[in-house]
Amino acid sequence: MTGLVIVAIFLMCAVFANFIAPQPYYKSNLADNLQGPSAHHLFGTDPVGRDLLSRIIYGIRTSLLVGFSVQIFAFAVGIPLGALAGLRGGWIDFVVTRLLEVMTAFPSFLFAIFLMTILGNGLFNVILAIGMTSWIDVARLTRGQIISLREREFIMAARSYGAKDRRIILRHLLPHALPPLIIMLAIGIPNAIFAEAGLSFLGVGINDPLPSLGKMVGDSLSYISQYWYLGIFPTVTIALAMLSFNFMGDGLRDALDPTMYNQ
Amino acid sequence: MARYILGRIAGLIFTLLMVSVITFAIMHAVPGGPFDETKQPLPPAAKANILRKYGLDKPLPVQYARYMWAALHFDFGTPFQSPTETVTGLIARVWPVTLSLAGIVILLSYTLGLLLGIVAAINQNTWIDQAVTGLSTLGIAVPNFVVGVWLILIFSVKLHWLPTGGWGNFRELIMPVLVYSLSPMALVARYTRVNMLESLRADYVRTARAKGLGERTIIVRHVLKNALIPLITVLGPQIPNIATGSIFIEAVFRVPGLGRYFYSSATNRDYPMIMATMLLAAVLWGTTYLLSDILYTLVDPRVRLTGKKNQ
Repeated sequence: MTGLVIVAIFLMCAVFANFIAPQPYYKSNLADNLQGPSAHHLFGTDPVGRDLLSRIIYGIRTSLLVGFSVQIFAFAVGIPLGALAGLRGGWIDFVVTRLLEVMTAFPSFLFAIFLMTILGNGLFNVILAIGMTSWIDVARLTRGQIISLREREFIMAARSYGAKDRRIILRHLLPHALPPLIIMLAIGIPNAIFAEAGLSFLGVGINDPLPSLGKMVGDSLSYISQYWYLGIFPTVTIALAMLSFNFMGDGLRDALDPTMYNQ
Repeated sequence: MARYILGRIAGLIFTLLMVSVITFAIMHAVPGGPFDETKQPLPPAAKANILRKYGLDKPLPVQYARYMWAALHFDFGTPFQSPTETVTGLIARVWPVTLSLAGIVILLSYTLGLLLGIVAAINQNTWIDQAVTGLSTLGIAVPNFVVGVWLILIFSVKLHWLPTGGWGNFRELIMPVLVYSLSPMALVARYTRVNMLESLRADYVRTARAKGLGERTIIVRHVLKNALIPLITVLGPQIPNIATGSIFIEAVFRVPGLGRYFYSSATNRDYPMIMATMLLAAVLWGTTYLLSDILYTLVDPRVRLTGKKNQ
């Protein structure tokens, strides 16, 4: 429950960032740089004089944006592939399974780094790169679900009155396969947030002036001995975001599927 | 059994081939090369010479074939970033650091994680259980570089107890090891706890208790073995994860390991290093999956490799 509350707060930050943040995230005043928390700048300022609180609020928006977009991408690619492979079988299944095996051999985060250095930085590329590594698990889960469901009687019934494959997938199979997929969606969001933070921390993610919590953590390392607040605020925010989404995901899992996933 | 292993090894080789092809294709499909004007301004004659030296002027399939042929002889080329040594030499110099970090972390996190999980399961719903569960959620959820930054802040900046990084003496490796162990430890503890709880409810435990066996004997002699078996499938693949995922720790604590080469080679279009690092990672993952599958069948007599599991 606490997870839900915090997530709700974060969502509000993300959506209404323009109204909540005291300043636009790119407005910098070099004379004010590296200040500690004060009445004027609640979290202090960063090395180029931007208000840290505003950047964190906008950073939350970036992280959530990446988290949700990655999941949309992963599911848009993963579900059709997995469903087709599971339902049709035969050579489609063979090809997709081989593809899944090969893609699994790539360590996902390293592959994302690799993709990012090749594509170049930027928000869209980050979503693409992380999405490319996320769809694999979605496809595998979908395929497994469909395989276990396709022998059931209601599918036989649907086929017997001539339903086409697409209709079978959409109207019959997917609704039954949904609970584990929803759980994967919920758990995948913090993973995507973590991946974006990690990529930006390493410098291959999102560039300034677009605020990214991970990048703020990375930048803060050089200043850590003198200006400790530069590191504390973004790291706490990242931790809170991931914890709250994880709690929410766990709660969802307990509600939706208490038997299959024990914890 | 031997047949299955051979089949899996064949599959692994095929996968490695695919990985090499895909990596090679992506590497070259993307604009930007290792010796562009932006990186090293060179007169055209010099640039042509360098390209010819590394064989980069040949058509792509020829380059790929030459690379694979050399690789079969364990010659992985020269890293463009560091032309004075070979790729093999560079990796031999740098990988042991990452490996030793990973090794210590695996030892520490697995043993502690197992202990914590077992203790939590035995004392279910007491404060011990709550503490372990809570800590493990934290450990899994919070990214390790975040924790790293916090620990540096507390122990290096404020208290001046520990150095901020490097990799030489014992004091320098305390923090990286601790930070990097948190996540795997949390995962191990969680899974162990769940498996133990399940096993503790099983019928054979009730029988054992009815027979009058002491709780300790039950746990040590019966429950532990059954609970730990499913862990192999989860924890096995964690090992290459830990071995290749130390990028953040190495970045935060300035550990001179293989981690940074993963992205420095891609940024600098260091083709030999990119291929080498990707293949290395793929080999690690593939073999670990295979080994953990084999181990699983050896340990659990109910599982047959080509059949279904009877539970």
